[in-house]
This record gives sequence, C-alpha cells and structure tokens, in this order.
Amino acid sequence: MTNADPHDHDDSLQAIDEAAVEESYNLRLYVAGQTPKSLAAIANLKSMCEEHLAGRYRIEVVDLLVTPQLAAGDQIVALPTLVRRLPPPLKRVIGDLSNTERVLVGLDIVPRAAVPE
Amino acid sequence: MQKNIADTLPEDRRQMLPKSPTGIGGFDDVTLGGLPEGRPSLLCGAAGCGKTIFAMTYLVNGALNYGEHGVFIAFEERASDLAANVGSLGYQLTELVAQKKLAIDHVHIERAEIEESGEYDLEGLFVRIGHAIDSVGARRVVIDTIEALFAGLSDTALLRSELRRLFAWLKDRGVTAIITAERGAGELTRYGIEEYVSDCVILLDNRVVEQVTTRLLRVVKYRGSAHGTNEYPFLIDAEGISVLPITSATLAHRISTETVPTGVEGLDEMLGAKGYYRGSSVLISGLAGTGKSTFGAAFVDAACRRGERALFFAFEESPDQIVRNMRSVGIDLKPHVESGLLCFEAARPSLYGFEMHLARMNRDIERHAPDVVVVDPISAFRGLAFEIHATLLRLVDICKSKGVTTVFTSLSNSGEGMSENERSVSSLMDTWISLGDVEANGERNRVLYLLKSRGMGHSKQLREYLLSSTGIHLVDVYIGPSGVLTGTARLVQEARELDATLTRRQAAERRSRELARKRTLAERQIAEMRGELDAQEEELRKVIEQEEERENMMGKERAELATIRSART
Repeated sequence: MTNADPHDHDDSLQAIDEAAVEESYNLRLYVAGQTPKSLAAIANLKSMCEEHLAGRYRIEVVDLLVTPQLAAGDQIVALPTLVRRLPPPLKRVIGDLSNTERVLVGLDIVPRAAVPE
Repeated sequence: MQKNIADTLPEDRRQMLPKSPTGIGGFDDVTLGGLPEGRPSLLCGAAGCGKTIFAMTYLVNGALNYGEHGVFIAFEERASDLAANVGSLGYQLTELVAQKKLAIDHVHIERAEIEESGEYDLEGLFVRIGHAIDSVGARRVVIDTIEALFAGLSDTALLRSELRRLFAWLKDRGVTAIITAERGAGELTRYGIEEYVSDCVILLDNRVVEQVTTRLLRVVKYRGSAHGTNEYPFLIDAEGISVLPITSATLAHRISTETVPTGVEGLDEMLGAKGYYRGSSVLISGLAGTGKSTFGAAFVDAACRRGERALFFAFEESPDQIVRNMRSVGIDLKPHVESGLLCFEAARPSLYGFEMHLARMNRDIERHAPDVVVVDPISAFRGLAFEIHATLLRLVDICKSKGVTTVFTSLSNSGEGMSENERSVSSLMDTWISLGDVEANGERNRVLYLLKSRGMGHSKQLREYLLSSTGIHLVDVYIGPSGVLTGTARLVQEARELDATLTRRQAAERRSRELARKRTLAERQIAEMRGELDAQEEELRKVIEQEEERENMMGKERAELATIRSART
C-alpha cells in the first residue's frame, strides 16, 4: 500500500516523493455492474497484484453504472478497463485481464520484450 | 421544386414515418421532413466532405430551433477544436454547452496506449453516451466518426457485434442519431457500417472536375419513406449548409399573364404583350460591347423604380464597377442598392463549380426574395455544354417556380451561327433578344431583334438602338434595297430622302402655282367675255328701247294726225 490518496487529483502528483511514485502503483479498474467479465477482471487483477506488486499497489474499482460521469475523464470506451494512474504515464489495459503477461506489459511492470507475442 | 414530389404523395403516406427536421435548407425537402425520428442514420463520405459540419448543424438547429437537445460524441476532434471549427458558421457551442442544450464528449482512443488482455466490450462507450444523453435530456445524438474504434481496438469481430448492439441501443433510447463514417473503396463505408445502420443512409461527396470542387449529397436509402434520389449539390459557407433540390419533376410552374416592362423604351412596344411575362426567362445574347449588361441594368432599374426587389448576379464585374458603368448610360443603380431593393451577388465563375454556383444562387434567391433576377452573363460559365445546360435548367426552374422574371445575358461568338451554348439554352428561354453589330461604311452600329417571344406576337423588325447618356433608345432602321442601313448610312439615307421629299414638294408647289396662274388667266378671260356679252346685251336692250320709243312716238303721231284729220272734217 502507498500513502497516495486515491481521491487525489493529478495536480498533487508533484508533491509526492519521487521515489514513492516509481515504486507505488495506483490502479483503477472500471467496470459496469457485476458482470462475469467484471468479476473475472477484479479477481485476475487482485491475484496479479499480489504476485507482482505485493505491498506497493492500490486498487480502486469504479462501477460506471453508479458513477457514469467518471467514464469520460479517463477516456473509457471498452470495459473492463484497468488504468494505471500512478506512476505516470497513464496506461490502460482492457479486457478481463485473463492474460497476465499482457497485463504486466501493459502496466509496464515487465518490459515488452520479455513476453512472447 | 422538391415539394412537388411531396405533393404527389397522399397525405397519410407523407406522415407515416415521423421525421426529425434538420433545419438544413433543402435537405428537409429532399427527405420530405428530415431524418427518421428515433432511428440512427448513417452519414458517409470521404474526408473533408462536411460530415462533421452537417452533423453539428443538425444538433445546433435542434437545440436552437426545435427545442431538442443534442449530444456530440467526437472521436476525431476535441470539444474545443470542434467549437472553434464550427465557430466560423456562427455556432456558439460553448454557449450551448453552458446552457445544457448540448453535450460534447471527446472519445480519444489510441491503440498504442491500450493493451488488450482478455475479453472486453464497449459498455464504457454506452455508459458515456448514456450519461451525456441524460445530462442534457438529449433527443439527438451524433457519433463522429465511430470507425475510429476500428483503428483503436483490434478485435474487429467484437467491434462489429458491439456496434450492432450500440445502434439497437440508440434506437431503444429513442434518440435520433447520426453516425458518420468514412467512405470506403468500393463500399459506402470503410468498415461496412452500412450493414448495421440501414434505416437511412446519406452520402456526401466532394467531386473535383477541372479543378473545381462540387459538394454533392445523395440519399442512398431511406427505409419507410419516399425521398429524392438524385445527387443534390450543397454548399457550406459562412451561413451554414444549404442543399439545393434539383429539378422539379413537373413543368407545373404557376404562370402569369401579367407583364413586366423591359425598362427600355421602345422594346416594350416590340413585344406584343408590352413587356416580358412575369416569371418568364429572357435571354439577351450579343457580341462584346453590344450593351447586354446595360439591358440587364435597365430592366433592374425599372423594377426597382416600381418598388420591386431585384437581384443581380454578376460574374464579370464587381458591383461597384457595374454601378459606375451604368451611370454613364444614365442608369443610376446606387439608390436602389442603398434602399435595399437591389442586391448584387458577384463571384468569379471559376470560384465554384456549377452546382455550387447554383446552390449559392438558390440560397440568395431564397433569402432576398427578388421579383426580378439578372444573371450577367451565363456565358462566363465554362464547361461541358450539357452541364451548363443542366445548371441553367435548374436555375430557370427555381426562378419560374418562384415567379421570378429572369434576364440572362450571354456573350455570343462573333460568327454568324449560334454557338453550342446558345443552342442548348435557347429552349429554356421564353424570350430571346439578339443584340448585334452591323458593320458598314467604316463604322459599327448596334441593332437588336427579337428571335422569339413565347406566348405573344412580337415585332419582326431589326431595330437600331443607341446607348447614350440618357439610356437605351431604339430608332427605326432604314431597310433599303441594299440591306439594312444604320448609323451614318442611315443618316445619309434619311437626308437623301429628305432632299427628295423637298424636291418633290417644290415641284408640286410650282405646279400648283402654275395652275393658279392659269386659273386666274382663264377667269380673267371669262370675265372679259362675260363683260363683252354684258355690253352687247346692253346695246341690244338700248336698241329695243329706242325701237319701242319710236313705235310709241309713231303711235302718238298717228293718233295726233287722226285727231287733226277729224278736226278738219
């Protein structure tokens, strides 16, 4: 877990200690309702984070059926979408996250070259 | 115009499908009311065809004129760019957004930024569109250009099924939607979206012929409704979009027996009806410098003096130049321009294609609502004869359907025969005045004659006319044994005739004087003879009197003698 507040606006990024930014992952998962894809994505994300980012991640699940106004802000088109809000730059992974290697590449946790296509 | 098609439909059929008016001049005529309400329509065309502007116009008109709020889902432009781009058309998007009449959502999708892992759907887009619709209570939705999704996401099969779902969902929401799509090679759209959006398909085209671009619109398909099937030229300029419905299907113009003076003294008399028929088309053709524009200006001047509205399409001269030049022949157009009765629309013919000119002229005619129109000159249009013909045909139709009397001028070739253009337009014209030059005795003189004038008897004479500082004046032409005499030849001939007349008159006078003298002479002789007779008669009477006297005397004497004799006895 990091000390980054999930409701913090991006403007406050500068205030955060640079080392902490590089180390910590603020992830937001957008879903719409409790669909099988949503539930699968949540489960896949959690297990992946535990495995690769233990202790330095934070997950926020946004249900767009409840807060549709948030969809535009992060340019959500497909669902589920995982957004890496921190560290910058912003990264997006779409789908139920069943392909862990692709998620790791998408989040820049492992370099692209390490994963066979 | 296009309304004629609507008129041919029975009332119930016309209203079968509810329509959502676009407020785009001409388009609602072509589609008999607008887009299908509550359904998605596909608007396709290549880049730069005006899809975005068309779609935005639909939303803005809805918000401003029809009380229907709108949502613009932009895949290609940011809201701020969009606002700036259509700001040139006078659309205040920021204001409309602030008033909650319009919602703009820019959907940015970049393949490089997205990693795909496992199954997904486009529910996020649905949520965004749904939220935008709910936030302004929208009845109209534009999605521009949804095919950007194909560039951003790799799973084409999924996209197709999701798009199908999206269009069904839009229909369920009951919003009227415009989906724009890029034109594909050999297909209407690059990704075959027309498969899913099939209620109404509109195709925009940008055609370049001889370096001139013409925008064309065609309703490819309109399920459940009649519609015009032709390609219609349309126009995008500072006043928005206007579509020009092409030819009317019928020749059912209202006609008038009322006449409009030509503005040229003498010309009215040459026309049997004492002018042009109102709503007729008039062609004034002639060589360079024969005063075609002047005839047009005289016509406009006369109309404005009667308080009628006039529109002057100038393709060769600027309005100021026309006003200045016409003043030199005693036609002052400036007051008419100032009073607003006369409106000039000037443009180089090469500025647009025929269709664009036509669309522009149509819009100007709609806006200015003139009683008379002058197009000076139609020969400035260069191109294929059949295209010019089609353009003029439609212009004539537009004017006739509105009861506008139109004077076209045309520059003829110097040759004797009719040019191809003239031949092709002649059938469109009700009255044709030909202006010409007669060259003789080292000078050029202007003559005119009426080639035709439908529906009225007219003078068959060749008339000379003069352009002077007081306008156009018609003079009689001397037609002598050697042909038509004009100018100085005419003057010489006139002088010669005058001379001959004088000689004849003098001869007659001389003869009558002689006769008078003879009469005097004869009368004098008669008087003399009568005097002689009188004298003889007098003499005779005296003789008779003397004779009687003598007889009396002799009687008396005889009686005296008798008395004397008796006294003696």
